[in-house]
Amino acid sequence: MKKFWKLMLRNPGGVIGLVIITFAIFIALFGQMIFPTSPWRMVQRPFLPPFTNPMVTLGTDALGRDVFAGLIYGARVSLLVGLVSTTVALTIGVPLGAIAGYFGGKVDDALMRFTEFFQTIPSFPLAIVLVAILQPSIYSIVGSIAIVSWPPVARLVRGEVLSLRTREYVQAAIVTGQSNTWIISREILPNALSPVIVLASLMVANAILLESSLSFLGLGDPNLMSWGYMVGAGRTVIRQAWWITVFPGVAILISVLGMNLIGEGLNDALNPRLAKDSR
Amino acid sequence: MLKKFVLALALSGVSTMALAQEPKIGGTINAVIQPEPPGLMLALVQNGPTQMVSGNIYEGLLRYSKTLEPQPGLAESWTISPDAKTYTFKLKQGVTWHDGKPFTAADVLFSIETLKVTHARARNNLVQLDKVEAPDDYTVVFTLKQPFGPFIGIFEVGSMPIIPKHIYEGTDVKTNPANNTPIGTGPFMFKEWKKGSFIQLVKNPNYHVKGKPYIDGIYWQIIPDAAARSVAYETGKVDVLPGGSIENFDVPRVSKLPNTCVTGDGWEFFSPMAWMWLNNRSPVLANKKVRQAIMYAVDREFAKDVIWNGLGKVATGPSSSAIKFYTDNVPKYPYDPAKAKALLKEAGYKGEKVRLMPLPYGETWSRWGEAVKQNLVDVGMNIETIATDVPGSNQKNMEWDYDISFTYLYQYGDPALGVGRNYVTSAIQKGQLFNNLEGYSNPEVDKLFEEGAVATPDSKRKEIYEKVQKILVEDVPVAWQLELQFPTITNCKIKNLITTGIGVNDGFRDAWIDK
Repeated sequence: MKKFWKLMLRNPGGVIGLVIITFAIFIALFGQMIFPTSPWRMVQRPFLPPFTNPMVTLGTDALGRDVFAGLIYGARVSLLVGLVSTTVALTIGVPLGAIAGYFGGKVDDALMRFTEFFQTIPSFPLAIVLVAILQPSIYSIVGSIAIVSWPPVARLVRGEVLSLRTREYVQAAIVTGQSNTWIISREILPNALSPVIVLASLMVANAILLESSLSFLGLGDPNLMSWGYMVGAGRTVIRQAWWITVFPGVAILISVLGMNLIGEGLNDALNPRLAKDSR
Repeated sequence: MLKKFVLALALSGVSTMALAQEPKIGGTINAVIQPEPPGLMLALVQNGPTQMVSGNIYEGLLRYSKTLEPQPGLAESWTISPDAKTYTFKLKQGVTWHDGKPFTAADVLFSIETLKVTHARARNNLVQLDKVEAPDDYTVVFTLKQPFGPFIGIFEVGSMPIIPKHIYEGTDVKTNPANNTPIGTGPFMFKEWKKGSFIQLVKNPNYHVKGKPYIDGIYWQIIPDAAARSVAYETGKVDVLPGGSIENFDVPRVSKLPNTCVTGDGWEFFSPMAWMWLNNRSPVLANKKVRQAIMYAVDREFAKDVIWNGLGKVATGPSSSAIKFYTDNVPKYPYDPAKAKALLKEAGYKGEKVRLMPLPYGETWSRWGEAVKQNLVDVGMNIETIATDVPGSNQKNMEWDYDISFTYLYQYGDPALGVGRNYVTSAIQKGQLFNNLEGYSNPEVDKLFEEGAVATPDSKRKEIYEKVQKILVEDVPVAWQLELQFPTITNCKIKNLITTGIGVNDGFRDAWIDK
């Protein structure tokens, strides 16, 4: 573990990513305490430019709502959607991939055809359709993002398991009569985890983008302030009021960049080959 | 003694004279039409864009001023019998159809029989009609079963377009190929319709009002994207943006462009009114105090100033101020959150969840829903916004599956035509839209609306409708928001475009271009 952190911290990109995401998580957790006013409240006159009124530093939107408050509250939604949908996608993808890779044969065929079925449908349109059918809400958004993002996990895990399955220690475990569940969960998966973690960090970034895109198209949860919603609502007035779109856009950019940097850092730190080279 | 409404020929020219400028002849106007109409045969199709284009091809017996006073159209004068059951119209002589055939009373009789089949609103307007006759070629007599006050208000071109008998007689009106090349008596003739691109109308040289129209023709440009429509105006490709052509938020910017004139006039006949259906069946909203609290809680001035860019008027009650028998002598609901909170407390509201469904008609309506939600949350209500699309919202509304739901409806100048339908018990019909969706039922209101429709004279109707407005405003069956105004934006060189209560729909007759 110590070694992992050492390696992780040796990658400047990873460190920056960690700082960004830690900061974002901090805002998501404690933002409401620092900033108790609801982001939906009309606090000032509409279209107030940024840096003109110290009460609303980043200006106000078309209804006179505080853009800064929107950013703070939006962080929570974006991160929440990113993390939860990735978790859900992992809970679907990892077991499916592991079972397919471990048992092989017909089971593998069946599961992989099922996975390919989802992979062949372009993910963003599928997400739009799902959210539109289920009516936009935080649950349908998380659900549909999870549904479109689990197939790569399943394929990755399957590949890892396929290769690990032939290793001697796994063969030994089989010979000693361990149960399949035990072998998969205790012998194989822990060793297949590194690439999954790297993939997961990129999936979080992707989920944040997906949520923003859905909200941008007006398919966000109408009861929650999110960055994508802010961009979407401000898009139409961009010629009069650039700040409504630009600030949340930058927030999306930075947090997605942060997650990508972390992914990079994790990859460097967890990849044994790279780790050896850098020694 | 007959009440005689004497023809005032000068009337139609009144607004021209007010400008004290001699109209100039010639020139072509480019106007936006949005969306592309499904057809131009006004007796069959009554979509907004159809009315806007075809209102300049066809004509009705009457036109209506901005104060909804009837003005001569195809009828040059009219009398109403003292028992208010016989309406006699004298038609203008020397009027010809675009193909040169003369226009007579037979065309009017034919149109009415056709409209009863093809035009739902006309059919409804004509329920009190007993018979219609033509004693001679230039007289039409309507006899009613009983007096029906709003009757004089149903002769506008969109409500009762007059179509040519010689073309449609003996054919299936719905499938007649002539529908593609509409023939009317109006100031403009149909020339060409290039689907997806433009509709071209040209001046009718034989128009029955001497000297009109002033312009040579109209190109209705079809531009599907709202932003592109703004740009088309900015670059001078189009001169007229009728109401609703561009997004609300773009209106202030476009209005400030040089040489740009903006008006909210020309919608008086339709008087669109926005409100929120409050489902009177919901356990929370069944309480009158909660409904009143909602009226106090919502900042309607804010909605007008910010969301509608200052256009429109805060509604005082069920009737728009532009329609007949409107009174503002009703209980008032100013923005007063403290009072709203007090009322909610009195009503024993304990934070039960209330669903709010904004109208899925684009940006403006989404923002409006958000603002109202915040208003209601501020006074302690627990509001959940339901996001949906147009079919979904129609479905939920007509199945009564909502708590609060935004809408806007036309009122057509008279409470009997456009107001009563939303409040009387007989209009509670599941599975239909735009009736009494809220489920409000008050025998007294039912009785008053029933009496008001057929009472005579007008002073009696006024009394009845003022009474019913007071009762409704006290009961708050729905939460009235704004009398909407859709701004018409024009290049200032276009003069005298909007002279009637239906605005652009029949406006090009009087319009001219200053060069």
